[in-house]
Amino acid sequence: MSLVATSGDAPFARELAALDTMLHIRLLEEKITELRKAQSIQGSIHLCIGQEAIYAGSCQALRADDPVFSTYRGHGWALARGVPAQGILAELLGRESGVCRGRGGSAMFSAADHGFYGENSIVGAGAPIACGAALASVLRGEERVALTAFGDGAMNQGAIHEAMNFAAYRDLPVLFICENNTYAELTPVAETVRDAELHKRAAAYGMPGERVDGNDVAAVRDCVAHHAARARGGQGPALIEMMTQRLVGHYYGDLQGYRPRGELAEARQREPIARLRQRLAADGVAADTLAALEAAAAADIARAAEAALAAPLADPATVMEHLYA
Amino acid sequence: MPEASSSTGVAQLSFGKAVNAALARALEDMPEVVLYGEDVGKPGGVFGVTKDLQRQAGAARVFDTPISETAMLGVAVGAAMSGLRPVVEIMWIDFSLVAMDQLVNQAANVRYVSAGRLAAPLTVRTQQGATPGSCAQHSQNLEALYAHIPGLRVGIPATAQDAYDMLLAAIRCDDPTLVIENRAMYHGDPQPVSLGGPIEDACGARVARPGRDLTLVAWGAMLFQALEAAAQLAREGIEAEVINARWIAPFDWPTLLASAGRTGRLLVAHEANVTGGFGAEIAARVQDELYGRLRAPVRRLGVADCRIPAAPHLQAALIPDAGRIAQAARELVGEQRDRRTQP
Repeated sequence: MSLVATSGDAPFARELAALDTMLHIRLLEEKITELRKAQSIQGSIHLCIGQEAIYAGSCQALRADDPVFSTYRGHGWALARGVPAQGILAELLGRESGVCRGRGGSAMFSAADHGFYGENSIVGAGAPIACGAALASVLRGEERVALTAFGDGAMNQGAIHEAMNFAAYRDLPVLFICENNTYAELTPVAETVRDAELHKRAAAYGMPGERVDGNDVAAVRDCVAHHAARARGGQGPALIEMMTQRLVGHYYGDLQGYRPRGELAEARQREPIARLRQRLAADGVAADTLAALEAAAAADIARAAEAALAAPLADPATVMEHLYA
Repeated sequence: MPEASSSTGVAQLSFGKAVNAALARALEDMPEVVLYGEDVGKPGGVFGVTKDLQRQAGAARVFDTPISETAMLGVAVGAAMSGLRPVVEIMWIDFSLVAMDQLVNQAANVRYVSAGRLAAPLTVRTQQGATPGSCAQHSQNLEALYAHIPGLRVGIPATAQDAYDMLLAAIRCDDPTLVIENRAMYHGDPQPVSLGGPIEDACGARVARPGRDLTLVAWGAMLFQALEAAAQLAREGIEAEVINARWIAPFDWPTLLASAGRTGRLLVAHEANVTGGFGAEIAARVQDELYGRLRAPVRRLGVADCRIPAAPHLQAALIPDAGRIAQAARELVGEQRDRRTQP
């Protein structure tokens, strides 16, 4: 990822880097939408447009070797961890150069060499797995913090509860990140729980629970940094509920008839990229810097898509490879 | 009598103590091994199989968990992906269904979906089968469910030596592996077990008794019924070759096909339900591969498709035993004789 900034922008380097990541995620997903529309990418895809601050902010607070476990809405997490856009696009296009040689697809790819231990298309299932990574970290003395991200809907899965208790009773360094975009697939989460303040459930497991504005990249970063430091210091897990909204459907093709009139327009007022851009402009970052950042990100994604489309398809002769050691 | 602490040579061990010896060796030889489950640490397991291991390896590596099978197996997946070799005890295989997601959707997918960039070398130890008084949620034989899943290895040790060798093979193996033990045998008579030898691969059947007239294939507790049946048949002049299948997945087809191809007759006996049981897979595969060379159709014996009752005499009405295996074998051999006498 290229960071375009002048020396005068140095005090804003962290924020500009976050903006750069968020722009890359947004543009990548717009490209994915385009390729899906053209049928170059097939099958269901789940986009995170509108939620980018969660990924950019969280990953800024993590160490490069901290393992991240996401849901099927994971393109943003992967990119924020530094997985190349070309490898992601090639994966979605079924290419040999895809990060998983076309075996993972949009909803189940991983890139462990970038600390991205994978998406998961079973709701809630990644949380116990993250506990295992944290257990390994402790036993091997590696001081790595495992981050597991899931939606508000997953908060009602047994696996999440088992994982939170497991991490808590063993003081494991796990950050449970609830990306609360207020919809469990197509159903408002508030309609399926008695108390929609989901972070309060942390108290039942004896760990800190916090709610932050998930569209504010600095708030996300600070909160994750605080709890990651606690976890690394042996003080155990935390549950962080990050409030956000997706600006697109649950999946590509979701007509979103379930969303009240005006909700999306209102959400766009709070969306994280425009918000950060405005704040940086107000703080004195030159308009040229911001425009150049955006142009560079667009060029990056265009190049990545071109290269991915030109790459050979994964070889069917290898389809049985990797089943057993 | 030498105890499980003997690390080399031949010791007289019960099946359960052979499991314990394998775990002790794995913990000693492989620092990346961790062992956990419900009651396995301090209490040493409800069947006593993990006794003293926490004392030997420490509470960081051998520990007790909450009653949370999904968390236990999910933790194993993540820990295995991160360089540990977790060995998890699922107390009864029936309880593995609570956490089947972590075995089928997660563990079995790790290597394939990541194109080999990640692996989940975990071992699940569990036990199955009906024993007198065990209720319907504590008596199922579920090996076919897991054998159906590519990416998983499924082993069913029958002897104390198998228990020792196969568990070590599973722990050393880089794939997710399910080792299904037999609680009826945990506290059985001590058998000679060779300890400290090289660790074998997590595959491979054994000829438990050679013979020329028909092949009997069985696994787990059913092996002993098959051997007993073979002894009965031998007194009548019928020489049955008995195969201890050991690993159900991946299955050792060459060993079975060689035997069935030579004897021309095959009888599968298992304790699982007949419909969709692994015997069905064996029958289909063998008939496909040996069509024209068999002297009789492949036969299967299993439990009638029924839930398992608790009452011992009702269980006995369902589960094949040596007598029924021998009778089916006589019919198989007779069928060929009958055919030969047809004009």
